[in-house]
Amino acid sequence: MTKIIEPSKQSSIFRRPSSETGIWSWITTVDHKKIGIMYGYAAFFFLLIGGLEALILRIQLSQPDNNFLTAAEYNAMFTMHGTTMIFLAIMPISAAFFNYLLPLQIGARDVAFPRLNALSFWIFIFGGAFLYSTFIFGTAGAPEGGYLAEEVGWLGSAPNGGWFGYQPNAGMKYSPGTAMDYWAIGLQILGVASLISAFNFITTIINMRTEGMRFMRMPVFTWMTFAVSFLLAFSLPIIAIALFYVTFDRKFGTTFFLTEGGGDPILWQHLFWLFGHPEVYILILPAFGIVSEVLPTFSRKPLFGYAAIVFAGFGIAFIGFGVWAHHMFASAISPVAQAGFGLSTMVIAVPTGVKIFNWLGTIWGGKLKLNTPMLFSLGFIGMFVIGGLSGVTHSIVPADTQQTDTYYVVAHFHYVLFGGALFGIFSGLYYWFPKVWGKMYNESLGKIHFWLMMIGFNLTFGPMHWLGLQGQVRRTWVYAEETNLQFWNIIVTVGAFIIALSIIVFMVNWIFSKRNGEKAPFDPWDARTLEWTIPSPTPVWNFSTAPIVKSLDDFWHTKYSEDEDGRAVRREETDQMLLELEEDGLNPSEHIALPNPSYFPIVLASGLPFLGYAVIYKSIPLALIGTVLLLVGGFGWGTEPLEEEIHLDSDE
Amino acid sequence: MSNSHSYPHEPTGVETRKLGMWVFLSTEILFFGTLITTFMIFKGSDFPGMKLTDVYDIPFTSISSFILLMSSLTMVLAHNALEANDQEKTRVWLLATAMLGAVFLAGQIYEFTEFYHKGFELTTNIFSSSFYVLTGFHGLHVFVGVVLLLALWAIGQRQKGLTLEGGMNLEFVALYWHFVDIVWIVLFTVVYLI
Repeated sequence: MTKIIEPSKQSSIFRRPSSETGIWSWITTVDHKKIGIMYGYAAFFFLLIGGLEALILRIQLSQPDNNFLTAAEYNAMFTMHGTTMIFLAIMPISAAFFNYLLPLQIGARDVAFPRLNALSFWIFIFGGAFLYSTFIFGTAGAPEGGYLAEEVGWLGSAPNGGWFGYQPNAGMKYSPGTAMDYWAIGLQILGVASLISAFNFITTIINMRTEGMRFMRMPVFTWMTFAVSFLLAFSLPIIAIALFYVTFDRKFGTTFFLTEGGGDPILWQHLFWLFGHPEVYILILPAFGIVSEVLPTFSRKPLFGYAAIVFAGFGIAFIGFGVWAHHMFASAISPVAQAGFGLSTMVIAVPTGVKIFNWLGTIWGGKLKLNTPMLFSLGFIGMFVIGGLSGVTHSIVPADTQQTDTYYVVAHFHYVLFGGALFGIFSGLYYWFPKVWGKMYNESLGKIHFWLMMIGFNLTFGPMHWLGLQGQVRRTWVYAEETNLQFWNIIVTVGAFIIALSIIVFMVNWIFSKRNGEKAPFDPWDARTLEWTIPSPTPVWNFSTAPIVKSLDDFWHTKYSEDEDGRAVRREETDQMLLELEEDGLNPSEHIALPNPSYFPIVLASGLPFLGYAVIYKSIPLALIGTVLLLVGGFGWGTEPLEEEIHLDSDE
Repeated sequence: MSNSHSYPHEPTGVETRKLGMWVFLSTEILFFGTLITTFMIFKGSDFPGMKLTDVYDIPFTSISSFILLMSSLTMVLAHNALEANDQEKTRVWLLATAMLGAVFLAGQIYEFTEFYHKGFELTTNIFSSSFYVLTGFHGLHVFVGVVLLLALWAIGQRQKGLTLEGGMNLEFVALYWHFVDIVWIVLFTVVYLI
């Protein structure tokens, strides 16, 4: 029987929250699993919004000289599409995986700082809400020499300077109004959230590993989380400072990026891409990690070249800081710099290629089980290779100057971030679905989802290569009929709607299976990592007793031995062992103290949007409200112990 | 049978909060790195209006820098006192550290107002913008540090006193404080001396 000790309800400023179900249990939770689930749903919500924006863009481009959107609205839509997908969809979905899986994979009971974890989630929510409040409060006036104010409209009242906010276009002169301020400060707030979770995860991985979980025994997904956290920790400060400068330029009249005041617009590009390129790896490395878990499991073989994959991941993360200027070959940088960054761009393809060959080596000769997660992982390899190869073509500077700002580039990064990151994420969503919900998803619907998405994806982004090489410019809101670009544009739009359909199939599957799916066994895939040694859905306390790890893929080795040909043979005692594991997992034999829920993370986080509004509208009252919320949150946090003192009663 | 506290923690032997602080400080290096780089880029540019040599008061800033550096010494003394479990002395040295930090901040405010009255405003030129944002960002860090020190001092008033473990502990704040001081050594060199 379960013996979780009820926390004694001491009070700090407020009464300590104690709900275990219902909305308050979610708002005050510090449990990494609940936070992970909330991250997942919130990010998926934003993924839908970002997808809707993409569909609006595609409707506009399905006809030559279309007037579905004005230029102003189109600018706002592509800016919000990019910003949403990167900062509010892919990054937080990765964070959902990190949160849920990281402690499980290293055998811990929670992350190092559970309340900071809740804080970063709430900051992310408030940051996303703040950014999207631009549609209600924001204004985007008519730029000097640009479109007319009456063409802006409601949709156009959003940030419109592109997701990389190039200066001086995103400055006050060419982007008047407050919309770009919402963008700059919104990203600032979201950056704080990611930064906090980054050092939380780094500390967790270094210091919360269970006994025997040496670094070189950690699952690859954990390794990639580690690499991503370092990338976040070292790249976000750069963009944070750059965004400070933007806000100072726009609100307080400085000229950091304005040539007329002695500033330097190219400095913005350097700072932005010094963050922006590591950001690309922040988006893709989690998918690398997921795929490295899925492929061995469904090939029934160990991961080929574990150490190579780990070091290649860190190689990518390290070199990722030295390639940023390949985004700027068309800007004013010297030929020497162009050559240097062209070379480093070629070099970074090497560790990436190492990984591809490792994955191929893993499935080579394996007994493949083509379940939905495996299909998505295989799709990931194929699509990512296409995106990777078109990426290497950009390292040839003369070719790149031809392709810059055309649909070729759009095709490239969607193959990497959709065909790569998102396929990997879907693979992971299906793979860990049974662990999170304790139910099985519907396999046929899953496969329909995969094939629809595969077809829709290639119809959408494949033809963009040709459109780009034929000269269709990125971010154009119309094209003339005489350009003969219409045919492929229609195909692209059809493809985009097929993707939308596949997402609907996914949602139906998710909702239906979560309610009525078959009950999942705790190790449905015959997997290798620690999260499969505990019951599904994961109990609140994760592990009843701390697991002790003796080797890489420890769980697999306890289930299987090898015959003389090196083939896996299931041990006789395995079935009995699994039964015992589930029994133990559900019935901890000792008292377990868990961190108590807390109000203060959400209180503290709610102060930040007020400070943001205060800067935009230069309002002292709003600044005071924000500061008070920060102080109340901080004071309550500081005076409230993480765990209430527990009086251990003897077992009856 | 062991209870939950035996759940393995800290295979590195470093206390988790302290480790978290080290990671946080490593990101701080990037924050200041970006600011300093920008400052260096604009320092050499032709800026109209006031020049830095017109307004700097090196002797004054040297004294306030010395005061900030001394606060690192008092911080170490506070730490030593706590290791010897001398609560009284710990509180005194903590308060001294906070006061030295506050004096430094007051000096910075005085310096900013002086510069402002000499016509050296935030938007005067690109150099003044970088100067105020860089040194202001550091000042904000000192301010946060003073608040943390005072909070620690207040916690120390309680019955239990301060310990070297648990929540907001002295070592944790000390790491941050020394870091902020070290950054100032770099800033003083880069901004005023070179």
